[in-house]
Amino acid sequence: MSQSANDVVIQAKGLTKKYKDFVAVDGIDFEVKRGESFGLLGPNGAGKSTTMKMISSVSQRTSGELKILGKEPNTHGPEIRAHLGVVPQKDLLDRELKVWENIFTYGRYFGLSRKFLKGKVDELLEFAQLTEKRNAKADDLSGGMQRRLAIARGLVNEPEILLLDEPTTGLDPQARHVLWDRLFRLKEQGVTLVITTHYMDEAEQLCDRLIVMDNGKIMAEGSPAELIKQYSSKEVVEVRFGTDKNEKTAEKLAGLADRIEVLPDRILLYTAKGEELLAQILESGLHPVTSLVRRSSLEDVFLRLTGRTLVD
Amino acid sequence: MITQALVSQAVLIAEKRRNNPAASVYSGRARMMLERGVYAAKSSNWLVIVSGFFEPVFYLLAFGFGIGQLIGNLTDGNGNPVTYAAFIAPALLATSAMNGAIYDSTWNVFFKLHFGKIYQVMLSSSLGPLDVALGEITWALLRGLVYSLGFMAIVVPLGLITDAWGLLAIPAATLIAFGFASFGMAITSYFHSFQQMNWLNFFLLPMFLFSGTFFPVSVFPQWIQVIVQALPLWQGVELVRSLTLGIIHWGLLGHVAYFVVMIVGGMWFTTVRLRALFMR
Amino acid sequence: MSDLNFKPGQAVDPQKAIRWGSLRVAEYRIYSMSKWMGSVIAYGLGNPVLYLVSIGLGIGALVDANSAGQSVLGVSYLQFVAPALLAAAAIQGVMDEVTFPTMDGFIWDKLFYAINATSVSSYQIANGVMLAALARGMFTVSLYLGVLVAFAAIPISSVLPLLLSSMFAAWAWSTVMLAVTARLERDEGYFAIIGRFVIAPMFLFSGTFYPLQLMPIYLQPIGWISPFWHSAELGRTLSYGAAMEPAMFLVHIGYLLFLVVVGLAFAYPKFKQRLAK
Repeated sequence: MSQSANDVVIQAKGLTKKYKDFVAVDGIDFEVKRGESFGLLGPNGAGKSTTMKMISSVSQRTSGELKILGKEPNTHGPEIRAHLGVVPQKDLLDRELKVWENIFTYGRYFGLSRKFLKGKVDELLEFAQLTEKRNAKADDLSGGMQRRLAIARGLVNEPEILLLDEPTTGLDPQARHVLWDRLFRLKEQGVTLVITTHYMDEAEQLCDRLIVMDNGKIMAEGSPAELIKQYSSKEVVEVRFGTDKNEKTAEKLAGLADRIEVLPDRILLYTAKGEELLAQILESGLHPVTSLVRRSSLEDVFLRLTGRTLVD
Repeated sequence: MITQALVSQAVLIAEKRRNNPAASVYSGRARMMLERGVYAAKSSNWLVIVSGFFEPVFYLLAFGFGIGQLIGNLTDGNGNPVTYAAFIAPALLATSAMNGAIYDSTWNVFFKLHFGKIYQVMLSSSLGPLDVALGEITWALLRGLVYSLGFMAIVVPLGLITDAWGLLAIPAATLIAFGFASFGMAITSYFHSFQQMNWLNFFLLPMFLFSGTFFPVSVFPQWIQVIVQALPLWQGVELVRSLTLGIIHWGLLGHVAYFVVMIVGGMWFTTVRLRALFMR
Repeated sequence: MSDLNFKPGQAVDPQKAIRWGSLRVAEYRIYSMSKWMGSVIAYGLGNPVLYLVSIGLGIGALVDANSAGQSVLGVSYLQFVAPALLAAAAIQGVMDEVTFPTMDGFIWDKLFYAINATSVSSYQIANGVMLAALARGMFTVSLYLGVLVAFAAIPISSVLPLLLSSMFAAWAWSTVMLAVTARLERDEGYFAIIGRFVIAPMFLFSGTFYPLQLMPIYLQPIGWISPFWHSAELGRTLSYGAAMEPAMFLVHIGYLLFLVVVGLAFAYPKFKQRLAK
């Protein structure tokens, strides 16, 4: 497929997936451009993974339109998949095979020659920082290493689009940062990334543009900065007064901030100037058990859009 | 009940063999293990349990009646003619008892050791390793007994038990099941993978096929006969076959003694293994 | 740490990737299988050799000594059971590949899902698994044919025809079991049940160890539907020239091909549906 083709690599219109009575994805529209890093953000069950499976051209949509690399996935699945890299949520590695064998055998499915693969496997192992583990069984790797192996495997066919389903779920903070770094490098190489996540920080770090999903629908779309600007304030003050006092205290705080969200465990006050607001609260004689001033995040965007927090 | 008597007898023997007080390995609560077994069995796939019983029945029907027509009659130890079906029925009864005992004391124990980690939990309660061993072994033995009782219910109406002594085949089957059950668990404790577990079949299948089950061992050269006769299934087959054909002699006590040694040795072995694995 | 030599979308020729998908899957399965060569040989060869030595020789001694038995068979007992045991070895060989390793592709390692994310389609995965199973069956059958020749249980001239007749049974059974395995959502001992309630009766009641006609007529249908019997009958004709009408020859082959078609007709859609989930 040539670069001169359409700049839009994924195009969805009214994309819908139903399982019997349950509507997993409910008529969503979006476009992904070449070379961009696109995120699907939402809580578990929002329809992200279902959308991802339709993009990866294995699960057929119920209705709506979907074009991947300008082709129709229902009829050209194998052709499209030849240019996709898929990193599934549960890695799906062959635990009986060695690290290098996992990448090698996977490359063979794309009809790649053994000669090409010999060099490619070394290169990918280096990229995934797994060179020293090349002869270990996949089963013996740590969670972070298994995920990196899954990414290396997904890159063996030099895909145009790399699909990553919850790439850092279950990894420790250090492993996440290593992974983010690798993904950045890929983006620099011109690979289009599509990432589902329920982590705000991940979406902010990795995505140029994202859609926020809930109950199979798109709630908002834009870059992380745009979304925060549109749906939240610049800063947030978080205060805790104790479980039973939060509700009552919130009434007294009304009017101090642009907007107030009362959660079971804390109160969020949205404002342009956090420190000033916190000083005001303390002056008014209220004494929160804990307090925190921070920048607004996608978490706040989601709260605003759905009235719920993302990670329970 | 016979089972209970045998179990408590084995406990007595096991306790006597130890010079130090048995309290460290045995709390007298082996039946809690049995209760657990009943609960677990309720929720497991009963068809799997039932299927184990049918295997020897199929062999009896196919071989006894199919091949029987090709072979005609054989001669038993007293020189009397015996139909082929009556010749293999007692052997399959012994096999039935063995199978029932082996399934539970090997595969089930393997899963508990490596996946459920159930023994760790049990041994951190007031149960001792001998409780666990006894409980598991009794459970396996019961399954063997149930299989052999079911088999008896088929062969008696078919007229394949020709002598009243044949009723003793039931306690004999219990003894056989007990013997295999007590060793199965100890041996399983050495296995770490499915592959290794599968090697068990490489011992069990030849034993099943060569222990005088389908044809007298006298067709083999002398040295093979000696090896076969040392195997527990041959001992069991001989014992049960002598009883159902009514060939009663003092030599049968030798087979009984073989299994008593196997039971006591197996129990001791299992207890030692459980201690080594979990109570260091 | 090096960067990638990366040309997005250039490395793969989609047409080439799509064309040989089944073979790629088979290639990978055979590669994985080769890691368990010891077990593959032990299972594929161990059981049938044990039966040959115990039943074939042991019971054979009893049958051959009995004139009534001799007149029914017309050949030595060993010659009579050899083609049937060969069919059993072939069926056992494919069975070991289309049961647990195939279930693994769907429910434990779920590797079929990873493969389906490449340009390989669900049909090609099913075909690849079948091809790998047939390769395994062929491998054990070849070894077993050598054993049978060594025991003088079959004439050396019948080796190739017997390879074919036993592989037909293996092919038939591999597709049927593929369809069954594809339906299983969990491992609840189904294979043990299938082994004891389907395979064992088919093995024992299909005229493997004695002519099917010796069974009461109401048990004979077990043989008629079982691939063991059809393959064993073909094998007996091919090995020592047991009498068979030409029409029956076609019936035996036709039935085995029929099972292949039925098996695949159920396996393909199930593979597709399951992998699309």
